[in-house]
Formats: sequence, structure tokens, C-alpha cells
Amino acid sequence: MNREAPLVLGIETSCDETGVGIVRGTALLANVIASSMEEHARYGGVVPEVAARAHLEALGPTIAAALAEADVELGDVDAVAVTSGPGLAGALMVGVGAAKALALALERPIYAVNHLVGHVGADLLDDEAPLETPTVALLVSGGHTSLLLVRDLVADVELLGETIDDAAGEAFDKVARLLGLPYPGGPEIDRAAIGGDPTAIRFPRGLTLPKDLVAHRYDFSFSGLKTAVARWVEQREAAGEPVPLADVAASFREAVVDVLVSKAVAACTELGVPRLLLGGGVVANSRLREVAQQRADAAGIALRVPPLSLCTDNGAMIAALGAQLIMAGHDPSALAFGADSTLPVTEIQV
Amino acid sequence: MLLAIDTSTGTSVAVVDRDGGILAEAGTGDTMRHAEVVGGFIRDALAEAGVRPHDLSGVAGGMGPGPFTGLRVGIAAAHAFAVGIGRPFVPVASHDAVAWAWYRDGGTGRLQVVTDARRREFAISDYDGLDDDDLPVRVGGPVLSPHDDVPVKPGTRFDARLVPAGAVGMLAELAFAAGRLPLADDVPLYLRAPDVTPSARKKVLR
Ligand SMILES: [Zn+2]
Repeated sequence: MNREAPLVLGIETSCDETGVGIVRGTALLANVIASSMEEHARYGGVVPEVAARAHLEALGPTIAAALAEADVELGDVDAVAVTSGPGLAGALMVGVGAAKALALALERPIYAVNHLVGHVGADLLDDEAPLETPTVALLVSGGHTSLLLVRDLVADVELLGETIDDAAGEAFDKVARLLGLPYPGGPEIDRAAIGGDPTAIRFPRGLTLPKDLVAHRYDFSFSGLKTAVARWVEQREAAGEPVPLADVAASFREAVVDVLVSKAVAACTELGVPRLLLGGGVVANSRLREVAQQRADAAGIALRVPPLSLCTDNGAMIAALGAQLIMAGHDPSALAFGADSTLPVTEIQV
Repeated sequence: MLLAIDTSTGTSVAVVDRDGGILAEAGTGDTMRHAEVVGGFIRDALAEAGVRPHDLSGVAGGMGPGPFTGLRVGIAAAHAFAVGIGRPFVPVASHDAVAWAWYRDGGTGRLQVVTDARRREFAISDYDGLDDDDLPVRVGGPVLSPHDDVPVKPGTRFDARLVPAGAVGMLAELAFAAGRLPLADDVPLYLRAPDVTPSARKKVLR
């Protein structure tokens, strides 16, 4: 196998995006995504069975589209990489079954990898300066909110903290719904917050009190924030007063962003790691990027944000991580791996 | 020569040939670990048959009915294998394969094929022999029925614990030879709408 710059096809089906990406070493050749997001909109959140059915329909056409975009033949592929977890079990299984069969049909090795570490690997595909380690990584989406310490992408990743209840993206969806805004909530809240005062209402910052920091220094909690917004709106309505939508949206968003960035910057400072990487779909949030940049600059931390198409769930990041494992000399995964919905970040390869 | 995969019950993989019959078959009745075992069975079936992927002319897949999480694994694998070798995918109704194998083994008269559909329900299809091309004649189903309320019909009830991929593949071969493809649509026979409770998505991650 070509271990210098392997051509890797990556398959990602952990949530509602069917992603197929193709890389050659660290060069991005294709990144094709089919999303079932619209099918979930009327339910206000991802319906696992709907997502899994959509993956099965989308996978074949998405592989074909990625090959066309990369302008390569399947026979040129050196290896197949696939997300083993974490994620929605039924959705993951579609990708795992397909990836194994594809690798066997091509008589090529397969690399089963960790979705969260894949988010970090996405940064390698950026044309700018290469990913430096150690780095802290803040990964925020509708499915996960995790803070990682990455000492070595293929050998040493540690979970510093994660959400103990809702994911940040999920909090956006739920608050959007209670404000009467459509799904997905992130871009809707962003739009509603335009012109709003982020300091108008002081919503709670979860797990930031000294007593909480003892056990949950780098963990997150957003369910209390969601409840606080609901209560504030109810009280306004009960008093017969108008609800200032822009102020509520801006203040809620500020609370989420504040706690995300505060904890990430604290981790960098306390661990002596002057690098912070953002990943996950919530990176699309303009205020998150803005605040992260300000506070990283102030703390002397180099902030890296991959292009948005590589931040949301995608197959290219899975291919990129697979390519790194190959280039580092790792053996392929044994064929008996499964889908692991709670795969820990310490298991970079399964 | 075809690779055949069915995960509508357990997991079954076979390599079949129109003239040579079932060259290799590997599988398990375990209804839980489709994603884990499907790759190993594909590898084993190919090795036992002494066949390389590019020797195959297509891939046959059992489209169910079956519990959806497992059913999808086999269809996804069959689709992807077909893409990988650049050959057609041939969808087959899984109960048709069970019926074909039952008649081939000497069964006669009416047949009711029954497989477990979880949630205290069975999936049921009715057959009335083989036609002139040796393909099974389905006269009813597939439909879902509660475990304790399966309609009693004249003929034989056959509860299939494992849908044999060898039969899925041979049925595809016979249909191809008779010019009778497609036998089924390339659509999984879920027989149930999805539960629409959005994922709590809590603690998805450790
Ligand atoms: Zn993700």
C-alpha cells in the first residue's frame, strides 16, 4: 500500500449527514454530503430511524458523486475509512456495513475510526499551516459538545470534558422551538439575534460556579439554560408584556458562547497549550467564531477554524484520519468491528 | 456468479453460480450483530468458493421484510459491494427465497412463510408453488401480523429462523436466466413507518 500519500475514501453516517470524502494524504480531493436535515425539520430534531433510512438511500449516489468530484477510479483507492462511533447506532451501522463490503470488493484494507477525532483531523485538509500538536479542540454540534486535548492525532487524545445533558446545538434547536423559530435552531437564533443586546438578560452559565468546577471543570450543561429561557419568556407573557425576541436570542446565544469559549480558553491556559481548534456544525455560528477569536487573541492562543464544509459532519475528515493512521504505519482494523454509539475519544482507531 | 447477502433475520452470505449451484454459504442466526459479522462472512464465502470479487457478475440482496436496523446492514453492504465491483445489484424479496428453497427441497401445496418482525409481530407471505421458470408464486403478503393472531391457512406454515443467502442468490440467477428481472424493487421492505420521536441525543458521548 502507498503509505506516503494514500488515496483514502472515507464514509461518515453517524448522524443526519451521509458524507463521502476522498483524500490523498492531506490533500482534499472530494467532500460530498447528502443531508436528511429537511426530513427531520417537522419533528424539531433528528429522528434516528429517518436518518438511518436516508443513509441507505444516499450512500451509493454519494460515493459515485465523490469519485466524480475527485476524478479518481475506485480501483485507485488505497484504503477505505469509516466512522465506527460515536453517534446514532442504527445510522452508524449503515456506513459500517457498506464500508466493509466496499473494502472487500476492492480488496483493500479498512480503517474504522473515531468520529470526534475525525473532526480534529479535518484541520489537516486546510491549505494553511499544518495542524500543530498538542492542541485543545472544542467540538460543538447538535450531537456532541466535547473538549479534547490532542497530543498526537493518531496516538494520544484525551477527553477533558463534555456535555452532561444537552449538546450545544440541541440547546439552540430547543430554544428556537420555544421562541417559535423553525429547525435547525442555530442559524435561526443567529438571525433573530441581529440587533439584539447580548447583555440584556443574564442567563445562567452552566457548570461555572466554583462548586461545580470541582467535578466538572471542563464539562458543559445546557438544559438549565434552556429552562431559564423558557421561564423568562413565560413570565413576560404572564405579565402581558411583549417578548423582546432579538434580546432573548442574543442573550441566550451569548450564554452558550460564553461558557463554551471560557472553558476552552481556560483549558488552553491551565494546560499550557497555546492552540485551540474549533470543529462541529455549531462553528457556523458567527458569534462563536467572533468571541473565540477575541479571547484567543487576548490570551495569546492560536485559534484554528477549518472551513465550514469541513466542520460539519463529513466523510473527508474520516478519510483524512484514515490517511494519517496509514502514514503513521498503523495496521488496518480487524473486520469484526461494529458500530459503537458511545465510542470514547481515547479509541482513535477501532 | 453472484455474491448474495441477506440480513432480514440473522446474517447470511453466499456465493452462487447458475450451473454450479451454491458454491459457499456462511452465516449465523444471531439477530443482533449484523454490522459486526457481515464482513467476515463475505470474506469467508469468497474464500470458500475460491472466487475473487472481480469474478462475480453481480450482487443479490434480500430486501426483507425484516427488523430495519439489521435489514439495512445487508442491503447497504450488498449495494456497496456492487458499486465496488462495478456490477449490478439484484434485489430479491427475502420470503421469496425462503419459499423457493422450501419447494426445491420437495415441499408441495400452499406455503405460508413466517419470519419474526420484533414487537410481537410476524411478517408473513403466502405462496402457491413454483411457476414454469421455477420461481415461487407469491399469492399474498408480505404483511405484518401479531404473534398470537397469525391467519390459519390451508397448507404448510414455515417459520424461517434464517433466510439463506444461497437461496436469495439462486433465485436471482434463475430470474436472470428466465429474463424475469427485476424480481423486486430496490426498496427495503420495512412494513413499518419510522417511530418519529426525535433522538434525545443526550449522552451520546462518553
Ligand atoms: Zn460531528
